[in-house]
Amino acid sequence: MAYRKIYKRGLGKAYEGEYGKTLRIISLISVLLAVWLLLSGIYTPLITSFGIASCLLVALIARRMDVLDQEGHPIHLSPHVFLYWFWLFKEIVKANIDVAKCVLFPGKYLEPSLFASKVTQKSDLGKVVYANSITLTPGTVTVDLHDDTVLVHALTKGTADGVKSGDMDRRVTEVMGEG
Amino acid sequence: MDLVLDIATWILMLGGCFFIFITGFGLLRFPDLYTRIHAGGMADTLASFLVFAGLALQSGFSLVTVKLALIVAFLFFTSPTASYAIAQASFVAGLKPRLDGFGSAEDKNDKS
Repeated sequence: MAYRKIYKRGLGKAYEGEYGKTLRIISLISVLLAVWLLLSGIYTPLITSFGIASCLLVALIARRMDVLDQEGHPIHLSPHVFLYWFWLFKEIVKANIDVAKCVLFPGKYLEPSLFASKVTQKSDLGKVVYANSITLTPGTVTVDLHDDTVLVHALTKGTADGVKSGDMDRRVTEVMGEG
Repeated sequence: MDLVLDIATWILMLGGCFFIFITGFGLLRFPDLYTRIHAGGMADTLASFLVFAGLALQSGFSLVTVKLALIVAFLFFTSPTASYAIAQASFVAGLKPRLDGFGSAEDKNDKS
């Protein structure tokens, strides 16, 4: 817990300003190079130099367009994001089975509802991550996102309770380093 | 070893096919747009993941596996945005969700 606090206050601040900008450009170039190397599969000198040149060009354009901010390239997020993805995947599997049951026996499980739920994230990025997580779990779809309320359509009672319990909301807030 | 891999691939792919079948069934069966989005969500998430996992087992440990993983990753990032766009557009357009499940027969006639 203490480690997380230091991470949030110390490094989170460090990623702002000129220093953060340089860090983000370096990170963007490395990510682009890694993706290019994995997707290309042809490593002759000519093709590789084309790849490196295009990666640098993309980084340059991204810098000039000023899209390399906390939202465009969020390197300030903690590695806990990956743990969150695992948890989310587990939830997706469970929800898929619920929805499949509902398709096969709609008379028993089908109980659509539309309700509003509070979000505790402060940044736009955090809210989007939460809303997309809700939509990604079958059985719940985000219909509207406004200020700090999210309007959710749920297919069954079980999936509706999953959002209402606020478990996912708490996890997203923690992972995004807000709260 | 190959046999084990083949059997695992069959299980994963058949699981994916099962969920895609259920998705199609749900799209036909559910009463309104909002509930049908839920059915479509299955094909976007677990079904495609299972199919791609089966394909990855067949491709072995190569660049193709990485490409398959990237496809799944992009699918998981983009499909909720598409679902949200459909739900939001119909909500703004004033389509009311049917909260009574299938409702009565007269209700259905009113809608059409």
